[in-house]
Amino acid sequence: MGFAPRLDGGAGSWGAPLLAPGRAVLGCGSASPAGRVGLVGFLVLSTPLSLLHSLPPSQPIHRAGARPRPSSAPASPPPPPLMSISALLSMGRCCCRCCCPRGLWMLSAPCCDDRRMCVCPGPRRIGIPVRSSSLPLFSDAMPAPTQLFFPLIRNCELSRIYGTACYCHHKHLCCSSPYVPQSRLRYTPHPAYATFCRPKENWWQYTQGRRYASTPQKFYLTPPQVNSILKANEYSFKVPEFDGKNVSSILGFDSNQLPANAPIEDRRSAATCLQTRGMLLGVFDGHAGCACSQAVSERLFYYIAVSLLPHETLLEIENAVESGRALLPILQWHKHPNDYFSKEASKLYFNSLRTYWQELIDLNTGESTDIDVKEALINAFKRLDNDISLEAQVGDPNSFLNYLVLRVAFSGATACVAHVDGVDLHVANTGDSRAMLGVQEEDGSWSAVTLSNDHNAQNERELERLKLEHPKSEAKSVVKQDRLLGLLMPFRAFGDVKFKWSIDLQKRVIESGPDQLNDNEYTKFIPPNYHTPPYLTAEPEVTYHRLRPQDKFLVLATDGLWETMHRQDVVRIVGEYLTGMHHQQPIAVGGYKVTLGQMHGLLTERRTKMSSVFEDQNAATHLIRHAVGNNEFGTVDHERLSKMLSLPEELARMYRDDITIIVVQFNSHVVGAYQNQE
Amino acid sequence: MFYRLLSIVGRQRASPGWQNWSSARNSASAAEARSMALPTQAQVVICGGGIMGTSVAYHLSKMGWKDIVLLEQGRLAAGSTRFCAGILSTARHLTIEQKMADYSNKLYHQLEQETGIQTGYTRTGSIFLAQTQDRLISLKRINSRLNVIGIPSEIISPKKVAELHHLLNVHDLVGAMHVPEDAVVSSADVALALASAASQNGVQIYDRTSVLHVMVKKGQVTGVETDKGQIECQYFVNCAGQWAYELGLSNEEPVSIPLHACEHFYLLTRPLETPLQSSTPTIVDADGRIYIRNWQGGILSGGFEKNPKPIFTEGKNQLEIQNLQEDWDHFEPLLSSLLRRMPELETLEIMKLVNCPETFTPDMRCIMGESPAVQGYFVLAGMNSAGLSFGGGAGKYLAEWMVHGYPSENVWELDLKRFGALQSSRTFLRHRVMEVMPLMYDLKVPRWDFQTGRQLRTSPLYDRLDAQGARWMEKHGFERPKYFVPPDKDLLALEQSKTFYKPDWFDIVESEVKCCKEAVCVIDMSSFTKFEITSTGDQALEVLQYLFSNDLDVPVGHIVHTGMLNEGGGYENDCSIARLNKRSFFMISPTDQQVHCWAWLKKHMPKDSNLLLEDVTWKYTALNLIGPRAVDVLSELSYAPMTPDHFPSLFCKEMSVGYANGIRVMSMTHTGEPGFMLYIPIEYALHVYNEVMSVGQKYGIRNAGYYALRSLRIEKFFAFWGQDINNLTTPLECGRESRVKLEKGMDFIGRDALLLQKQNGVCKRLTMFILDDHDTDLDLWPWWGEPIYRNGQYVGKTTSSAYSYSLERHVCLGFVHNFSEDTGEEQVVTADFINRGEYEIDIAGYRFQAKAKLYPVASLFTQKRRKDDMELSDLHGK
Repeated sequence: MGFAPRLDGGAGSWGAPLLAPGRAVLGCGSASPAGRVGLVGFLVLSTPLSLLHSLPPSQPIHRAGARPRPSSAPASPPPPPLMSISALLSMGRCCCRCCCPRGLWMLSAPCCDDRRMCVCPGPRRIGIPVRSSSLPLFSDAMPAPTQLFFPLIRNCELSRIYGTACYCHHKHLCCSSPYVPQSRLRYTPHPAYATFCRPKENWWQYTQGRRYASTPQKFYLTPPQVNSILKANEYSFKVPEFDGKNVSSILGFDSNQLPANAPIEDRRSAATCLQTRGMLLGVFDGHAGCACSQAVSERLFYYIAVSLLPHETLLEIENAVESGRALLPILQWHKHPNDYFSKEASKLYFNSLRTYWQELIDLNTGESTDIDVKEALINAFKRLDNDISLEAQVGDPNSFLNYLVLRVAFSGATACVAHVDGVDLHVANTGDSRAMLGVQEEDGSWSAVTLSNDHNAQNERELERLKLEHPKSEAKSVVKQDRLLGLLMPFRAFGDVKFKWSIDLQKRVIESGPDQLNDNEYTKFIPPNYHTPPYLTAEPEVTYHRLRPQDKFLVLATDGLWETMHRQDVVRIVGEYLTGMHHQQPIAVGGYKVTLGQMHGLLTERRTKMSSVFEDQNAATHLIRHAVGNNEFGTVDHERLSKMLSLPEELARMYRDDITIIVVQFNSHVVGAYQNQE
Repeated sequence: MFYRLLSIVGRQRASPGWQNWSSARNSASAAEARSMALPTQAQVVICGGGIMGTSVAYHLSKMGWKDIVLLEQGRLAAGSTRFCAGILSTARHLTIEQKMADYSNKLYHQLEQETGIQTGYTRTGSIFLAQTQDRLISLKRINSRLNVIGIPSEIISPKKVAELHHLLNVHDLVGAMHVPEDAVVSSADVALALASAASQNGVQIYDRTSVLHVMVKKGQVTGVETDKGQIECQYFVNCAGQWAYELGLSNEEPVSIPLHACEHFYLLTRPLETPLQSSTPTIVDADGRIYIRNWQGGILSGGFEKNPKPIFTEGKNQLEIQNLQEDWDHFEPLLSSLLRRMPELETLEIMKLVNCPETFTPDMRCIMGESPAVQGYFVLAGMNSAGLSFGGGAGKYLAEWMVHGYPSENVWELDLKRFGALQSSRTFLRHRVMEVMPLMYDLKVPRWDFQTGRQLRTSPLYDRLDAQGARWMEKHGFERPKYFVPPDKDLLALEQSKTFYKPDWFDIVESEVKCCKEAVCVIDMSSFTKFEITSTGDQALEVLQYLFSNDLDVPVGHIVHTGMLNEGGGYENDCSIARLNKRSFFMISPTDQQVHCWAWLKKHMPKDSNLLLEDVTWKYTALNLIGPRAVDVLSELSYAPMTPDHFPSLFCKEMSVGYANGIRVMSMTHTGEPGFMLYIPIEYALHVYNEVMSVGQKYGIRNAGYYALRSLRIEKFFAFWGQDINNLTTPLECGRESRVKLEKGMDFIGRDALLLQKQNGVCKRLTMFILDDHDTDLDLWPWWGEPIYRNGQYVGKTTSSAYSYSLERHVCLGFVHNFSEDTGEEQVVTADFINRGEYEIDIAGYRFQAKAKLYPVASLFTQKRRKDDMELSDLHGK
């Protein structure tokens, strides 16, 4: 499926790839139905980007192939600004956190093993560019957005649009500071990438191919359709009240994810520890494919659980394995049917895990010390990353597995894991997912307490750390354009051996690796200024928080959420949702003079308020609905939601990142009871 | 004792209703100080000091039993009774319920006079509003039944409603029913008055005494273990309200009492500016799901919402019902409804939203009677929020039951034994009551089925039949097909097909009936209760001869239709018994007899290890092949001649059908049509069914359901136990003299009564009525319970009815009495009396002419096969 939206924004002829001068045509689509090489965006002819008009004069926009042209003042009805995705693309750069410094409009970069992932020049952060860039897609079907879009665009200074347009929504890779487009534009693409940054085939093919698809289509989704998309991955778990063992401080959790990549690169996990108390919840944001995030989502909790186990239990398990007896179950998973476990690798994974606990047994010679959760979390993270790295180095005789472990190692994943046991809440974070605590103040208002630090360029301490870990000579190259070695946005991650192994090792593994690996330019590419590896670690930063009765819930989410919504909004929306669900304060007439009429009015009001909330039975879904569909007034706009969700999968990535959310609800009564015990 | 009680009562009276609770608490704690030792033995121990327990104690003591102890875990009248809205309403759907409510009304009316305790009894009357025509029909049906049992009521216009109650908005009404003698009363005070009267008669009442469990020895109550000691007793009465379920389970041999509590809300307001008069009628707006009564110048209004909140599923045995949380959001729909009905109340000030648990039962009828498992263990509970209305009558019937062994009215519909252990799952109860509670005010149309708690017991063919379009009904937890929707037929949605008129399945059932008459149909009748009685010697025959009225000493292979009678000659069970061999009998009873019949047999069988009674219901799948071609199908499947010469009617033989062996084939159909019942061991069920269907194809076989069966059996005047006949009906009264062998050479239960009745003549007679001027398409359909008029005089009610596709008329079965014009006493009914009369059936106020018949229409029986059929079947050959 390709499409050739003409970006004059008017009710013009959609169908023909009319390429009149002064029209920008965006080409996005796959090269061939079978082998999509990812999104190809290119700009044809000169673009009358009226919006570029107010750019700072110094901007070298020519590079983008777009020449500024004096814009005619919008008449009435104002001619919609000619703006195109390609125009935006032309200024932005691919921004997957995984990869490469890329040319200005190189888009079909097969730099990652997952083919479609590098195409993300999408503007983000503010509503307008999204609106405007989605506009061409629907220009025939939806005249309304055009109107909507126009005044909005006037209200914003163009530089900002420009800035955000260039600002990689993903904020992870390649781009320099989003608000300083010049610097980025000054950046020369790495020669190795120039080749596959260009459209490989004649663009005419695209336009021809696109003709079929360009019949006007209505892209509106009905509310039920929207709901079915939003709810496809939702999962809720209620901790049973009477499980006999102990009263849980967790009431339950809601989780959901909305893909932008295809396939989604985010993963989530939730499990109850069976041999120790406590519950583990985590979100994992993969980059350069989903292999690493998948592996981490399957394995990490076992590593944590094993780290938490007392010596005797480890012995017991080891003995059971030794003698072939039934194993003690360690984890009770709470999984959505879509959350799969890879069967093929489970044997390999198990062996690695077993080696780990064997070492733990050997290290600990019996003296039963209290296991420190913080240490256990750190050890588990580091150990798993180590195992991922080792497995890739050693390889596997099974060619499928061999390729798998290499994919896991060469892709990356961040992780944000919460361990809740009674009132003890530990958050271990590696990367830029975030854990946010929703606190209800005495007056009923909501405030957000961040329980994790993002490991990226916005974090001074991380910058500091990186600089300290490497020689002074590298001080300038280790973080470039807010990225690690100018490439990777998160400063800590699982996998990503390209940032961990020595050049020798990388070369050796790649050479001996399967052909698929060799075909992949990305894996072969060694980051620039790569002198003193490792540059990347999976060691988490662990935050401890003692739960209080006012701590009502915890939101774990990948950056896909946090870059669209402010944490305060997130907490407020979830808080209001949860209290709405339980109408936390039941009305009581105690002593007041209330008439039936007043009461009736009050109740009807409460009900209408509630019905909007009741559309979602899942707090995470509710949050995603807001994250994707919020308009400038902070309320969900169905039209916008519908458009965002009907984006073809190749395009979705431009407008948003994968979003994964887990909302854990705490039982204030239990937490309060714990508090009172002391 | 009595003194103490009065002191409680006296305090309680100081302020009316539930409000005065704190004062009662004080007095109760004062009473506690003088704790009295429990007696060590008594004849009867009643558990529960609510209106049910006190009413049973009152009536027992009135009937002369004195040695009675009543135990209450908290304080008297402190449970649901305390919270009761206090509305006494006689407009009930079942006649027995109407009678109980009517008796309660009369009892409470004179209670104040009798005991000197104020009960707050005020005759206000009640008005039942109809917003729709269907609701009005429903009210008219109730109205015509109320009138014939002597409760005045009338259908009134909306204008009249406005006159009776000036606050009502009547614009959306189509009519209403006015029952002028309904009353309001303070239920707690009624309970206290009953307790005080009982106490005066010698009943000992102990509060703050909990029953821990009931002691049982050899299936007989021997005593009660309380937290204050043991009491030996012969009888135990479980009136524990919502705790009755748990109390029943606490026994060593659990007694299953299926009921479950739901939260129930009502609103109390402060008085209006011009306070409502105490005689303001009670309003029931069932379409709006609310009731409204005056309460101390203000109003009390509650309702039965669509989304009930079940509670205490896990069983929370707390002393009294604490004041549960008020839930205004939950009450909102009812409040809206109230304000729509009485807009002027907007400015009325709220006093309180009361939340009180009410118990509901799986079929919306209360539970009374003796436990099938434990003798001497009686139950009265599960009032479905009508405890006050039923209290008096139910207590009376239960007392009669205990004293005389049976109540004076037929209470099968309320009998505990209609349930089995299968209805006692907590999950089932929780789900079912969530459906039952809204049903309180839902429109009750004919032939509705519960939607929850289904697919519990199914035949092995369930999936097959379901795939072929079966629509299901449930009886005793067993799924039975109603009819089969042909693939091309599009039935109305369930909601729309609820009608008092011709239902949308009419044509479907017609084609099934036609197939039964012309070709062959197969009906899955696996739900029937099946017992096997075997013995080593002649014990089985002996005991059955004693228990059954017909002569069972028949040659092996014969089937006997007979009844299990009680001492009064009434049917305890109506069944068919096949003599499998000299010493073993196979007994087929109605589905809902599983518990009742078992209990009756167990009770009357000698404890003899050589005599074995086994419930084999689950072992056999029953297929009923109905129709003239059934014989062809079977003979083709079994390579055995099945013609009447070889296989006479009412004959049973074990034979092979298809590959399967050991199928009990019986030449009877329960419908009067030719055909066979196949009792198939369940593992063969699918095979036999498949074979029957594939062989039957050329004979035009098809599936049929119970509606077809019903039409067939009613048009042939086949009465069914539980519907038409009950334990107050003797064989002579329903024209079954032939099934009674008074001279079979030995005594049997009920023989004396029958002899007497034969001598004196019967006072009622089951009669078949064929409606003459009834337009099936346009008129309201009869259902059951329609009054029958003879020469303008009320003579009885119908018990069941169906459309006969052969006669093209509606057929009703019903009893005709001969009430004396002067005294109302029942007189002898002769055939002559029945034949010489002009009859009318009253369907919701319209009277339709009917022809009375004492014997079935002969032309409907096509037992003899036509000759050409024989030849045709030979052509099909093997």
